[in-house]
Amino acid sequence: MSLSHTLLALLERGPRHGYDLKQEFDAQFGQDRPLHYGQVYATLARLLKNGLVEVDAVEHGGGPERKRYAITTAGVTDVEEWLSQPESPALYLHSTLYTKVVLALLTGRDAAAVLDAQRAAHLDLMRTLTRRKTRGDLADALICDHAIFHLEADLRWLELTSARLDRLAEEVRS
Amino acid sequence: MTGDAPLLTARDLSKAYGTTRALDGVSLDVRAGEILAVMGPSGSGKSTLMHCLAGIVRPDSGELRYRDRDLIAASDAERSALRRGEFGFVFQFGQLVPELTCLENVALPLRMEGVRRKEAERRAAYWLERLDVADVAGKRPGQASGGQGQRVAIARALVTEPSVVFADEPTGALDSLNGEMVMRLLTECAEQSRTAVVLVTHEPSVAAYSHREIVVRDGRIRTSAGSAR
Ligand SMILES: Nc1ncnc2c1ncn2[C@@H]1O[C@H](COP(=O)(O)OP(=O)(O)O)[C@@H](O)[C@H]1O
Ligand SMILES: [Mg+2]
Repeated sequence: MSLSHTLLALLERGPRHGYDLKQEFDAQFGQDRPLHYGQVYATLARLLKNGLVEVDAVEHGGGPERKRYAITTAGVTDVEEWLSQPESPALYLHSTLYTKVVLALLTGRDAAAVLDAQRAAHLDLMRTLTRRKTRGDLADALICDHAIFHLEADLRWLELTSARLDRLAEEVRS
Repeated sequence: MTGDAPLLTARDLSKAYGTTRALDGVSLDVRAGEILAVMGPSGSGKSTLMHCLAGIVRPDSGELRYRDRDLIAASDAERSALRRGEFGFVFQFGQLVPELTCLENVALPLRMEGVRRKEAERRAAYWLERLDVADVAGKRPGQASGGQGQRVAIARALVTEPSVVFADEPTGALDSLNGEMVMRLLTECAEQSRTAVVLVTHEPSVAAYSHREIVVRDGRIRTSAGSAR
């Protein structure tokens, strides 16, 4: 899963301090692993360097200064591209896909389109494996079958998630 | 394949059953020799779409042409002549005639077209051979296994050398090994004779035998993606 894209998409909802970004990430995606502050600030520094975010306010309190970050137009384009591009079908994709779907919902994009693009990519690979299977020997067919069954599991997840998008939208926006 | 004019052209097809909008503005082309998977959850309108394309169900509105013929304006008699002559059908449960032998079942569509019995049975025997079920030729469908019965049904669909075969969940009642065999034979035969196949299925592993897929949800096409070859 791409942390920089995830943080970028969260910033698309409005300027935030690094601290708030971490809280928000943990609330949506940090079930297994909350982020370290170090990861957040390192990622923001890289996004800043690449022109995808900018500092829109600096507060000088008693302690260290607090920067507030805002997404740039280039950053929005980057999120857009990432969300519309299907992932190359691999094992255990669900956490990236789940992240993309939630972020599409949070940023008001078409989450069903994210799932549709992914399903098409998965099916394309399944087609290739099916063709290979009908031409190869038994050992090759068994290897293809293993990959096909895993893709099938992903596709079932995609289908079920499509059917539950409305409920998921309510939950992540609440 | 892309250069061909479409065999079937559907524009903005709609069909309601009471208040249920089974099809809600569907447009699509089916080209010669292409294997098109129609996917989607159950109740989404896949079978209704297939039945409209095949001239079994008349849509409430929209346009539908087979080659240069208007299928919506056509009379019932014209539509059923077209189904017999140009289309083949495979359903989830073979729907073979239980009183006839498998050979007679496969010969039946030819007999209905007026082909003499001997010639019809010769051609039927050829297709049973192609589908690797020559050994059940003299048996009744009830004496054949599910997988054999489905292969007999495919032979029956192909015996008239149709330009389009409509297959609605053809492996729905089979285990995976038999399902795979049926899909492999169906697609091989269709590709060799450049028969188009409209393959209705909710199973991705079956859709993977297609060249491209459409996904139907709530009577509409979600996406038309998927590339051939
Ligand atoms: N003959 C019919 N009479 C009434 N409702 C029907 C009929 N055929 C289909 N429907 C309804 O139309 C919708 C689409 O059905 P169908 O095309 O069979 O879907 P699928 O093949 O995708 O499962 C469903 O809600 C179904 O209940
Ligand atoms: Mg159906």
